[in-house]
Amino acid sequence: MALPDVLEALNKAFSGIGVDENSLISVVANSSHEHKKSLRKGFSKLFIEDENGFERSDQSAIKNLKFEFKRFRDAVILSLLHPWERDARLIEKAIKKGPKQYGVIVEIACSRSSNELLGARKAYHSLFDRSIEEDLASHVKGSERKLLVALVSAYRYEGPKVNEDVAKSEAEILSNAIKNAHKRKPIEDEDLIMILSTRSKPHLQALNEHYNKICQKSLTQELEGEGNLKDTVECLCTPETYFTRVLDSALSADADEESKRALTRVVVTQKELLVKDGSVPNKIEGILTGAYKDFILGSLAREENK
Amino acid sequence: MATLKVPTHVPAPSEDAEQLRKAFEGWGTNEQMIIDILAHRNAAQRNLIRKTYGQTYGEDFLTSLDKELSSDFERAVLLFTLDPAERDAYLANEATKRFPSSNWVIMEIACTRSSHELFNVRKAYHARYKKSLEEDVAHHATGDYRKLLVPLVSAFRYEGDEVNMTLAKSEAKILHDKISHKHYSDEEVIRIVTTRSKAQLNATLNHYNTAFGNAINKDLKADPKDEFLKLLRATIKCLTVPEKYFEKVLRQAINRLGTDEWALTRVVTTRAEVDMVRIKEEYQKRNSVTLEKAVAGDTSGDYERMLLALIGCGDV
Repeated sequence: MALPDVLEALNKAFSGIGVDENSLISVVANSSHEHKKSLRKGFSKLFIEDENGFERSDQSAIKNLKFEFKRFRDAVILSLLHPWERDARLIEKAIKKGPKQYGVIVEIACSRSSNELLGARKAYHSLFDRSIEEDLASHVKGSERKLLVALVSAYRYEGPKVNEDVAKSEAEILSNAIKNAHKRKPIEDEDLIMILSTRSKPHLQALNEHYNKICQKSLTQELEGEGNLKDTVECLCTPETYFTRVLDSALSADADEESKRALTRVVVTQKELLVKDGSVPNKIEGILTGAYKDFILGSLAREENK
Repeated sequence: MATLKVPTHVPAPSEDAEQLRKAFEGWGTNEQMIIDILAHRNAAQRNLIRKTYGQTYGEDFLTSLDKELSSDFERAVLLFTLDPAERDAYLANEATKRFPSSNWVIMEIACTRSSHELFNVRKAYHARYKKSLEEDVAHHATGDYRKLLVPLVSAFRYEGDEVNMTLAKSEAKILHDKISHKHYSDEEVIRIVTTRSKAQLNATLNHYNTAFGNAINKDLKADPKDEFLKLLRATIKCLTVPEKYFEKVLRQAINRLGTDEWALTRVVTTRAEVDMVRIKEEYQKRNSVTLEKAVAGDTSGDYERMLLALIGCGDV
């Protein structure tokens, strides 16, 4: 192959989410010594000329590449784990990583069923010899602590019965808390936290509708900028919206590593939800590559064929 | 250890159900028959009897009970017949509808049951009341009580013996700091008490005693009239030395101190199959009289006979 073609193939293999393993095999595997040297000289994304007379790798670019190589592996493992262990490990990692990852904890606590969340709590005991709530409570500082601990401790009633009067009065409580945001951050309002962390999902959905009627805006609109609180409401009331948003974020051009990792997490854990949205495979098609793409598309297809 | 006495050869559930049905027939009720059967069957056996009774006679045994009996005796039979998780759910729900002093019942259930038992209570609560336990507690309790009780009923504490001594030391210090500044409902106090495992809490409180010279409950007696402090002390007692807690509840109930009217019934029916042996030992140590004697002196009739049967008196 001519050098410009090879460079283009290499570039393509390393673009997108995942890596094109087959292309890399044909381009790199039986490259001769001189051929590789030309590759390095021509591929400025990964190599720069060093003053000591060799083409030096750009370590941060290599690091990013390593993430891309890992994606398939991580997707397979995440897929194989028992859902309880999976969620327990995701939560534990998120606690360790800190505030930027607290959204993952909100996501798991709010999108799983009551028994799935209980399962994660049991698995956490087995895996780490501690409870989720004690780790969360001791690592999370500030106003997020109360919200996160409460969300993870919930065992919500799952029946359809809703008391409309209570839903309406609680919508008013929320409305007041949000109106007074300039005096006190909504996340520090204990009544708000109690409502969001103890009421059933149907109740909160009814509350959301009442809120709409009272304020002519949706709760999630009003909570724009309130980070974890917005994710909480969105996950509990309109999970499809939340997951579509996370997915689109992961696929966008300026997605960072953590956003991209969300892609694996969301596809593996929310297959049933995503499959309802027919546009997902198309969104993925142009952006993912290699074995990672095949695995992700395969996961979604298997769900459709059920 | 349990004080419940069950015969080695237990009649078939259908036989027991038939005898119980007979107990309700005719004028009045044969309460002794009820005691002879129910106070001598374990939880699984009682469940089976209740099921069989329902299938055979088309009515829940507890409904028959309610129709025929009243007062303390009925309450004792009702509570004892319920499956433990259901029983706790019933008691907790009742507590959320009563006066603030019933906060104690909620705390007692949350702290003296194992993590798995507490979760079974939450499941039973869903089934019976179509709501979650935590939402009712959040709705009923206010202020500092809510801050303490909701996390207590929502906890799923690690149940192993692993203890981190460094953590025990640092958290003992945190507790001491907060308590010496009278910040009793501080988030850190609540955090430690409501999330740490019982083993970890024990280690922390032992270290507190060693490092600061007083047991934590002594330091928490600073204001004897403070109701929240009383509850906090009781919480700690429940989590670390439940038999001592129950001994005190029984002592106060029998001596007519305090406002916990149904305490005697509640403690006997909920602990007969758990740790009543140890509670009796504590009682005798503290009061120089056996629990049996104290109960006999304080109660009468069928109610007395039921309680005595449950705490292990007499024959099987």
